[in-house]
Order: sequence, then structure tokens, then C-alpha cells
Amino acid sequence: MKKVFGGAALFLDRSDINTDEIIPAKYLTEVTKEALKPYCLEDLKLDGFDPKGEKLKAARVVISRANFGCGSSREHAPWVFEVNDIHTIIAESYARIFRQNMFNGGMLAIELPKADLDRIFALQSAGTVSIAVDLPQQKVMASAGGKSETLHFEISQFDKALVEAGGWVEFADARY
Amino acid sequence: MGKTIAEKIFDAHLRDEPFPGAKVLNLDRVLCHEITTPVAIADLEVRGKDRVFDPSKIKAVVDHVTPSKDSKTALQAKMLRDWARRHAIKDFFDVGHNGVCHALFPEKGYIRPGFTVIMGDSHTCTHGAFGAFAAGVGTTDLEVGILKGVCAFREPATIRINLNGQLPAQVYAKDAILYVIGQIGVNGATDRVIEFRGPIVESMSMESRMTLCNMAIEAGGTSGICLPDMTTVDYLWPFIQSDYANKEAALADYKKWWSDADAKYEKVLDFDLSRLEPMITYNYKPDCVKPVRELAGAKVDQIYIGTCTNGRIEDLREAAAILKGKQISENVRGIVSPATPKIYQEALKEGIIEIFMAAGFCVTNPTCGACLGMSNGVLAEGEVCASTSNRNFQGRMGKGGMVHLMSPATAAATAITGVITDPRDI
Ligand code: SF4
Repeated sequence: MKKVFGGAALFLDRSDINTDEIIPAKYLTEVTKEALKPYCLEDLKLDGFDPKGEKLKAARVVISRANFGCGSSREHAPWVFEVNDIHTIIAESYARIFRQNMFNGGMLAIELPKADLDRIFALQSAGTVSIAVDLPQQKVMASAGGKSETLHFEISQFDKALVEAGGWVEFADARY
Repeated sequence: MGKTIAEKIFDAHLRDEPFPGAKVLNLDRVLCHEITTPVAIADLEVRGKDRVFDPSKIKAVVDHVTPSKDSKTALQAKMLRDWARRHAIKDFFDVGHNGVCHALFPEKGYIRPGFTVIMGDSHTCTHGAFGAFAAGVGTTDLEVGILKGVCAFREPATIRINLNGQLPAQVYAKDAILYVIGQIGVNGATDRVIEFRGPIVESMSMESRMTLCNMAIEAGGTSGICLPDMTTVDYLWPFIQSDYANKEAALADYKKWWSDADAKYEKVLDFDLSRLEPMITYNYKPDCVKPVRELAGAKVDQIYIGTCTNGRIEDLREAAAILKGKQISENVRGIVSPATPKIYQEALKEGIIEIFMAAGFCVTNPTCGACLGMSNGVLAEGEVCASTSNRNFQGRMGKGGMVHLMSPATAAATAITGVITDPRDI
């Protein structure tokens, strides 16, 4: 189950985006991940963002601010991104459970300092921003309209191992 | 160098450290409910690993939507029920015996000082009130917990919060925790354990400590935690009396978990709450907090008293003391949901249910219900709810609805007038 990281970026320029905004509780009655697909970010109210719009459909990476994914423990939040082919989130910081859920599912929750994030946000003025992720080198490359930024990110050995193993179930099952 | 209670629990449960800083802990309790567990069960089945590490350490309850409201929620309950039967998980609580997980499991005596506890639910931090390390996790962590009895954590630093002074009349644990969250922010304790200390905490009942720890997650905290003392022993005594000669012996044993005097904290925050007022949230984040009087007169449509934060017997007593002999405003709907069957029965015996009903409240069975906008009191677009729950996110209790968080006393006072009201002004 190798996942693809990188691709077109969707910018959600606000801190504290919570899991109720990512996937409202009323959809937690679904018992399959696929069923969540149409409801991604349905309750997010943010200028210029439309949960039914083309930008979200095209997105492969979400870029946001501090404390992303706060609120409930629902893994439905990473899953709704996963089934929409978004396997990478880049933000200044995360709520612990959301961040762990991303890596547990073999996905990437990349943390960048605010100044680096600002440089990616600034690229929007040059056109559609595309992200490439080099996990072994721990680099994010963001490009738009001929301009680009290459930024280093920190990731623990454990989180890297989880992504490489395909997730925590695979890792734990092989080891315990 | 001394250690904090969280560090001692980590040391005692360390199974593996696959990479520096990644601590895999043995688990004493894996708690399950019907919203996040069925997906884990289904995935284990697909992987051909439908097993459990130890059925006696797994406890399960149907609580979020119960009795089931439609065929989807009925399927979730059925998946949990069938799984519990299949694996001989005998502590499984279904209709007639079920209640809100974070009220029910402590009441059954399942949570003990020094335990490691996980659940696929963010408010698992509630159980830290017993001196346990209790953390909410996602479905994958839950799945591995069920299968292997372990969970990985980055060892969290501890923020010690001293609640000093004495709470004034009509000011409660809920007001205290709302105030603290307002001070440190929704991100103030991310990846941290909050150790609640100080004279106010020491004089609190277990119920109040649970209210305090319940909302640690609203500041991003991994677990809230209180040191186990005689209040803890008294609460647990019916379950532990065969393990110890007397209560003093139990306390002496539990003291081994106490943070050392020279333990290292990332931060120590002191709050003197002797002049604290009843607090309330405005807006859509739990750190948007102000005194109730600053919002007094704002209109509400519904009152909701219950949940894992404030659906315990002392919460119902607190509200009933204000509602006694009074009627709620005809402009509001009142809903009360005792958090467990035991609490419901106590409330019946004490005449509390009668007070609520005479005042015009609807009494529901124990369930999460409207707290997360799934059943039993979902809001319509544009409606406002005065709620004793823990989360005021946009749409939390129904799309387009707004929630103000407050204590049961403030909720009761608000029910009577139909507008936000400080309980001291009734
Ligand atoms: S009462 Fe509300 S916050 Fe508590 S477990 Fe139930 S849904 Fe979650």
C-alpha cells in the first residue's frame, strides 16, 4: 500500500482547523472509509474555500497553519483525506491525536516553521502551487509559475518508519 | 532527579523503545465504544487478525447513539455487540445497562491509579482523575491496542497547574477548567500532560476531578492527571477492599505514583481561583471564555445537561438545587441526560428527576446524544444551546447551530430565564 505524497496544494489559511470541520460527526455512522469521500471539509467556513469546488477535487496536499486537526480523536479525519487522495498535510503544528493518526495510517503530517510556511503561502501569487515531497532527504519542494521553494523538514525516525511500513498496524504486527 | 506521575507510569509500562523518544507502553485498559471501534474490528477481520490481546482488559459500551436511531447506528452497535460476544469480552454494556463511556467505566471501578488507558475517544483524558495515564487515540492505535495490548507515545512533558485558594459559592470545577483553557489556549497543552494540583483539586470530589481532566484535551493535552489520595481510595474502595487491609494501606500503595517533590515540569502555572466567577464560552473555540455576566441576557433555544463532562450525580444535584420549585422559560427546551443508569437511579431516589420533570425538562436515557449532534436534541440551523458539554465547535450539536459551554448551575439558571444567566443572579 505505497502512498503517493505531493501534488497540487490546497491552502487552508487558518489555525485550529478542527476535526468536526474536516468531517462532521453525523457521518461517523459510516463503517467504511470510502463512504466518507463526498463530505471532506464539509463544515469548514473559510473565505474562498468551497467544499464542493474543483480546488478540493484536484488537491493532493493540504497546507494549513497551527494546531491542525484539533478536537475529536476520530480517525475519520485522516481517512476522509486519504480517500480523496490527499496523503500529505503541511502545517505549522498539529493536535497530537490527528498527527499520530496520519502516521499510523502511513500518511505524512509535515511540520514546518511559520516562516517557511509563509514562503509556501506566498507562492500562491505566482499560480497554482504544486508540492513534491522527498521523504528520505526530508525536503518539501513547492513550485508555482516558474518560482520554487525548497524547505527542509524534521521527522522522527519512528514516524518515518511508520510511513515506510505502511502504518502502525503493519509495524506493530511485525514487532510485537 | 525526581519524576512526575506520568513519567513513573511510563517507566512502569515501557515495553519497547523502537527509536529514541518513541515509547511503546503496555496497556492496562483498552476502552471501546460503537463509533470508533467497528472500523477497527472490520479492519482486523480484513487482515485475518480478528483477535483480542486480553478480553478482561477490554471494556466496551454502546453510548454515542443508543438505543440505535437508524439502520446505520444499529449496525455499529451490532458490530460491537457481536465482537464482544465472539471474544468473551464480558464487560460489555448494551441498552439497559449502558451510559456515557467516561462516566460508566470509572463508576464500575475499572480505572485505577498508575494504569495506562486508551480509548478511541478524545475525552479519555477524563480517567486521569484517578492518577492514571489516559489518552484518546485514533482507530488505528485502538486496533493495535486491541490486538497487541500496546500503544506508542512520544513521552509528553508535564505542565503542572496549581489551582490555589478556594472556589466561591456557585462556582464549580467546570468554571475552573473553562477559565484555565481560556488562559492557556486550545493549543496550550498540545503533546503535554496537565497535572492538576493545589488545594482546590485536593478538596474536589472524584466527579469534579473528572470534569477537570475531561477538558484537558480542549487545551490540546494528552491526559489530565490528578494525584491519587484518600478521595480516590474512598471512591474505589468497593472495588479494592479485598486487595488491601484497610484504606490507609491502599493510600500508601497509591502514593508510589505521586510526583516527586523535585520532579521536573516544563511549566508550573499558578491560578488563584478564590474570586473566580461562573464562566461561559462564546464563539466556536473552547478557549473563548468569559464570565457569564458578560454574556447575560443572550438568547438560547435549548438547554442540555449531561455528557461525560457534567452528567454525573453531583452535576444533576447542582442543577436541581436551582430548578427546585421553578419552571423553565417557555422560550426554551430543556433536556437532561443522566450519564449512567446508576446516576439515573440515584437521581430518581433523591427526587432530582422529579424536580427536572416538574420544571419542564425532558429526561432522556443515558447517552452522548446531542453532545455531538447525533441524536436526542440536535439543533436546527441558527439555534443556540446552553450546554454542560465540552466542545463548542461550529455545528457540533447540529449543522449551523451554536453552543455555549457552562456549568450545570449556569445551565439551570439559564433554563429558568431563557437567556444566559449567572446562577448567582437567580
Ligand atoms: S458525551 Fe460528548 S464528548 Fe463525551 S464521549 Fe460522548 S460525545 Fe464525546
